[in-house]
Amino acid sequence: MKIFLAFLQKEFWHVIRDRRSLVVLIGMPILMMLLYGFALSNEVKNSRIAILDLSKDDITRELTQRLDASRYFSVTEYIQSPTQADQLFRQGKVRAVVIFQENFQRNLLQANATAVQIIADAADTNTGSTVAFYAASVIRSYQNELQELQKLPYRIHVESQMVYNPQQESAPNFVPGVMVLILILLCSMLTAVAIVREKESGTMELILVSPARPWVMVVAKAIPFLLVGMLNVGVILMMAYTVLGLPMRGSLVLLLAECGLFVLLALSLGLLISTRTDSQQTALFISLVGLMLPSLVFSGFMFPLENMPKPLQIISNIVPTKYFFSILKSVMIKGLGFSYVWKETLVMAGMTLVLLTLAVRSFKIRLA
Amino acid sequence: MIITTENLTKKFGQFTAVDQISFSVAEGEIFGFLGANGAGKTTAMRMLSGLLAPTSGRAKVVGFDVATQPEDIKRSIGYMSQRFSLYEDLTVLENIRLFGSIYGLKKVELSQKATALLEQLQFTEQRNTLVGALPLGWKQKLSFSVAMMHEPRLVFLDEPTGGVDPITRRQFWELIYAAAGRGATVFVTTHYMDEAEYCDRVSIMVDGRIAALDTPAALKVQFEARDMDEVFCASPPLLKSVPHEDFSRIPAKRILARHTRPT
Repeated sequence: MKIFLAFLQKEFWHVIRDRRSLVVLIGMPILMMLLYGFALSNEVKNSRIAILDLSKDDITRELTQRLDASRYFSVTEYIQSPTQADQLFRQGKVRAVVIFQENFQRNLLQANATAVQIIADAADTNTGSTVAFYAASVIRSYQNELQELQKLPYRIHVESQMVYNPQQESAPNFVPGVMVLILILLCSMLTAVAIVREKESGTMELILVSPARPWVMVVAKAIPFLLVGMLNVGVILMMAYTVLGLPMRGSLVLLLAECGLFVLLALSLGLLISTRTDSQQTALFISLVGLMLPSLVFSGFMFPLENMPKPLQIISNIVPTKYFFSILKSVMIKGLGFSYVWKETLVMAGMTLVLLTLAVRSFKIRLA
Repeated sequence: MIITTENLTKKFGQFTAVDQISFSVAEGEIFGFLGANGAGKTTAMRMLSGLLAPTSGRAKVVGFDVATQPEDIKRSIGYMSQRFSLYEDLTVLENIRLFGSIYGLKKVELSQKATALLEQLQFTEQRNTLVGALPLGWKQKLSFSVAMMHEPRLVFLDEPTGGVDPITRRQFWELIYAAAGRGATVFVTTHYMDEAEYCDRVSIMVDGRIAALDTPAALKVQFEARDMDEVFCASPPLLKSVPHEDFSRIPAKRILARHTRPT
């Protein structure tokens, strides 16, 4: 026990004294959250649009105001003719042009039908359709309000609804993604590299020749990374909740327990890598190619698994992050309980057991 | 006898690193272990310290069998490896404390030992310096003292003075003599022939075998050499390196004359 505490203290010194790594460890999740949250998002915020109002009545003014007030758009240009719209698109000044037809209000009130045209710049396909979709929904919601005032008969009302993430925000997708990446990075890659570093520097030899059991050192080594990992989970959740306004729907206890299980899984992976490699570069390379890439590709975070060819889908079944990512989404975003994620949890627990057994078996008490 | 080996052998695949060596070391002896790079010194030392399991043969170290009781051996020996291997990002005192705890020193005992050790090395002022910032010679002295902190009966030193300046080497050997004076057995590998002279007995390893083993004085007589340098060079590796001429019956001095070494 005393030996364990001595090792633990030493490991904390290692982590604390390595300032550069520490900044990366603490800063990376924050940076990733900010990047994905504000810079790399594919949602539309404050897109510049132009209004071509051929009617200039109360309703078109009201609609223009609503578009401008919504957080998706800001109205930057008022134009007089469709040719101007073309020019604006060419100059890249606006993402969309909303055109209200002549006699907009009169047509609506008297003929019960009027038309609005939304022209979106689809050079960037996703943004184009998102902008059009958002603009249409702003107008539709106004229409719904009008309908409540005056009941109109025989109208087919189509309503499509996006559940769990109605605004199609990217936060519910990338927050679990960032958590997966941070935990796999910290708990496997850094643990593996830290153990191999001791092999490289010769200190492992000194520990092996001492009466201390090497696994005591390995456990002590894992603890600071585990703590930093859980700290990062906390920071990510806090940022998601406060800065990005992502609601925490599921049970926090369940979420943290699942994170704990995944951390164990990642640590076993890191340990296994460290028993098979002798240089930090190799350990880093194996972790990157063997863990980071599959985690990115096969977790469903960046690319939907359903769209992948069958062989890749089969491969994805052995990638642990796939299960963790699915659990995170279920618990965090959908607010589901344990009864919905027990299968994934079982798979992760099984993987942990297998990896840990393999790692302990190949961990050498002697040098060769 | 604190070390006895009997046909101790280590093979790595097809390669035989240590080939049936048999020797013994008496308690309190300073035993020099010489040999060219790759002769098998480090492998032999690792087997004796319980770090490597032997392929065949037997060895007893401090009364325990290296094949079956390595953990018992580890408790009673000190070890200093070829590469400097304290933690560079810990301070002098932190390293002392860490290794003291690993070897099971009690708290009070540990702080007394640490103070004494720092004073002996005149490191008291540097106790809070990161080890990585110390000059190599200081690191090696510290490394040795840390290896001796739990007062082992036997200490293995693997090329402890490699790359260290002559003055520090001399100080280092004073530390070794002090330890031997307290009754510890010292098992040391070295490339420096002047250091070989400091040993009670010296063995020379060639290609995994022990080619010669005796006191420095006796070896000099045996190889008709003036100093250990000549003994070392006259032992088989040089003869093997010039296979087309038969030097086996020519005295060492004349072989050396032909192969003038830079001095």
